[in-house]
Amino acid sequence: MKLTGARIFLECLKREGVDIVFGLPGGAVLPIYDALYDFPGLRHILVRQEAAAGHAAEGYSRTTGRVGVALVTSGPAATNLVTALQDAYMDSIPIVAFTGQVPTHLIGNDAFQEADNVGITRSCTKHNFLVKDGNDLAPMIKEAFYIAATGRPGPVHVDLPKDVLVKEWLFEYPEKVHLRSYNPTYEGHPGQIKKAAKSILRAKRPVLYVGGGAISSDASEEVQRLAELTQIPVTTTLMGLGAFPSEHPLSLEMLGMHGTYYANMAVHNSDCLIAVGARFDDRVTGKVELFAPQAEIIHIDIDPSSISKNIKVHIPIVGDARRVLTKLVEEIEKEMREGVPSIVREARKQWAEQIADWRARFPLRYDWDDEVIKPQYVMQEISNLTRGEALIVTGVGQHQMWAAQYYRFKHPRAWCTSGGLGTMGYGLPTALGVQAAHPDRLVVNIDGDGSFVMNSQELATLYESRLPVKTVIINNGYHGMVRQWQEIIYKERYCAVDVSSGPDFVKLAEAYGCVGIRATKPSEVVPALEKAFSTPGPVVVDMMVDREEDVFPMVPAGGANKDMILERPNKEVKAKAAKSQTGF
Amino acid sequence: MQNGSEPRKHTIAVLVENRFGVLSRVAGLFSARGYNIESLSVGETLDPTVSRMTLVVRGDEFVIEQVIKQLHKLIDVIKVTDLSEENHVEREMILVKVNAERTFRAEILRIADIFRAKVVDVTPVTYTLEATGEESKMTAIIELLRPFGIQELVRTGKVAIARGSKSRTRKVDEKLGKAREPAPPLKEPARDIGFED
Repeated sequence: MKLTGARIFLECLKREGVDIVFGLPGGAVLPIYDALYDFPGLRHILVRQEAAAGHAAEGYSRTTGRVGVALVTSGPAATNLVTALQDAYMDSIPIVAFTGQVPTHLIGNDAFQEADNVGITRSCTKHNFLVKDGNDLAPMIKEAFYIAATGRPGPVHVDLPKDVLVKEWLFEYPEKVHLRSYNPTYEGHPGQIKKAAKSILRAKRPVLYVGGGAISSDASEEVQRLAELTQIPVTTTLMGLGAFPSEHPLSLEMLGMHGTYYANMAVHNSDCLIAVGARFDDRVTGKVELFAPQAEIIHIDIDPSSISKNIKVHIPIVGDARRVLTKLVEEIEKEMREGVPSIVREARKQWAEQIADWRARFPLRYDWDDEVIKPQYVMQEISNLTRGEALIVTGVGQHQMWAAQYYRFKHPRAWCTSGGLGTMGYGLPTALGVQAAHPDRLVVNIDGDGSFVMNSQELATLYESRLPVKTVIINNGYHGMVRQWQEIIYKERYCAVDVSSGPDFVKLAEAYGCVGIRATKPSEVVPALEKAFSTPGPVVVDMMVDREEDVFPMVPAGGANKDMILERPNKEVKAKAAKSQTGF
Repeated sequence: MQNGSEPRKHTIAVLVENRFGVLSRVAGLFSARGYNIESLSVGETLDPTVSRMTLVVRGDEFVIEQVIKQLHKLIDVIKVTDLSEENHVEREMILVKVNAERTFRAEILRIADIFRAKVVDVTPVTYTLEATGEESKMTAIIELLRPFGIQELVRTGKVAIARGSKSRTRKVDEKLGKAREPAPPLKEPARDIGFED
């Protein structure tokens, strides 16, 4: 059957089970939009800036487990999309991004809206394709979806020259993909799993350290089984939140730079650290030489290059987290039938007591104020009012850390945040994608006033496409996290962080056809949130919070996790923090 | 990661899909991760869909481990081998245009003879020599020619192959599930000892 390239493109998406495309048209992809005009069964959501298409695809993907799709035109559209691609790359989110390209005979001629798209995206995608021949179109799209979703997931970019889309080609969708150079390992090595089981059972102070990989591989049930079977406390990374319920008695919540004191102390003192789909990122480890110095480290990861990249791993297991954990649990059950030595039992009891003691002495805390809204309080109320059942998206900054600390996570795939890249402006477009995938669920975008304005144009998309996202802006009139660093590490020399000049977010929301609500006092927080959650359509809540509140605990960059700063520091502590700066 | 062994040179053979953009993927990986390539040479293998790259990289064991893993991670990379881990032969070719005034012409030819270099171009005032060998040999001939005045020097970068009767590309074919004519039986039993020249 002969079809135009544009039609082939749409047929391929249909065959891949794509139901929603986030996009923005332009010259080079006009043939696709023309074919889309009367193509049934594919919803197109028109974003207002191309990066938003990428982020929306990320949100769609993270909360559904399917591949998200973005479609934009050539040149500036492709370069706008780069941020979202790098974001998805660092957080291992499977999306396929399609960009238009000038016709093949003009490539390299500096044509209008031309950019070296594949050259630009090469370093920020798992793989990319330039379709030079229409006969390769369907196989390359098939491969793109396959590569994005398998192994360690990630973004794949396909560049589509206009003439390929216009001309007719023989269409046949390949049944199978065979890439001789790409064979991800899914099953863990049985010998290594056995070794890990033995190590876990003789450990006296074990900790499970669970990352975003546990969510990507849908391994949260297995994590919980392993934790409960062996009574090992669990800490999660920012990307791993939701993989283990926050209120579970074994939960230590988040670790790292703004993690809990008890999580960081438990990891620091542990003798066996079991990392599941985590990558020992610098925001988790702090100073690497002092990260879990006494621990034997077991690392389960599907990406061999993650293993021993930052921290030397003693028992590496390359494979899919879910499959490896299933085998590991079986192996441990087998070993446990032979009994656990009483010395280990006793040590484990002491370990649990030690952790309970840390938890009791240094819980997450903040000072209440009757007059000024504390941002942490807003998070607690969002958590209470949604009973932990909402789909939560954040921007990047202080509000992101408060959300991570105070929201009580119950489920996996209910939390989207920009972990690796820290992309400000991620919140609103991602929430848009989440809502499109889950039209009947409550989607809350917790954003900062600095972060929100980087993509606030997407309010137009929310309104037009009837996506009732509830945005809660934690408005302190600052680039708060930068201000916090300038306060603590740069001697309060505030430079270029005050953004209190606006806009008026209530009016902004209304200008886009959304509902705007403002709260300025603690007593107004719950009514404002209740109103927001019960109002149909998109809502923006402008929470005027304490301008100078800081995120604690905090490990200054380059410092050791055991030296956390637990509350607003005095001069000496600040001087020490300033000194500990090692340049990042 | 710190506390690795002493940095040393590794010669890494990489089999890749012979496709547009592969070289830039490999080169991009090195620049993005801050590794240094000392030399890189690429050419087609017997199978025209597969190219072979020979990379020379300096690094401690952790860096080299990461280099190999990162190369593997590229979708178009079929196989990566650290040849430094095994017995192998390395060669580099140079072309060198050297001043050859009347009084030195015989001397230059003698040096060329010692290194089994060939004269590939002659003018009344220059010789262009072609020499092949290991890195140390190439350094030696360059040093000996330097006093006469080197006009131009071109190096190919290293190529390398493992010693012994085992074939690396054959293994890849097996891995790829490709049937291949069995190699003709050797008349003499294969020797894995090799020789130095």
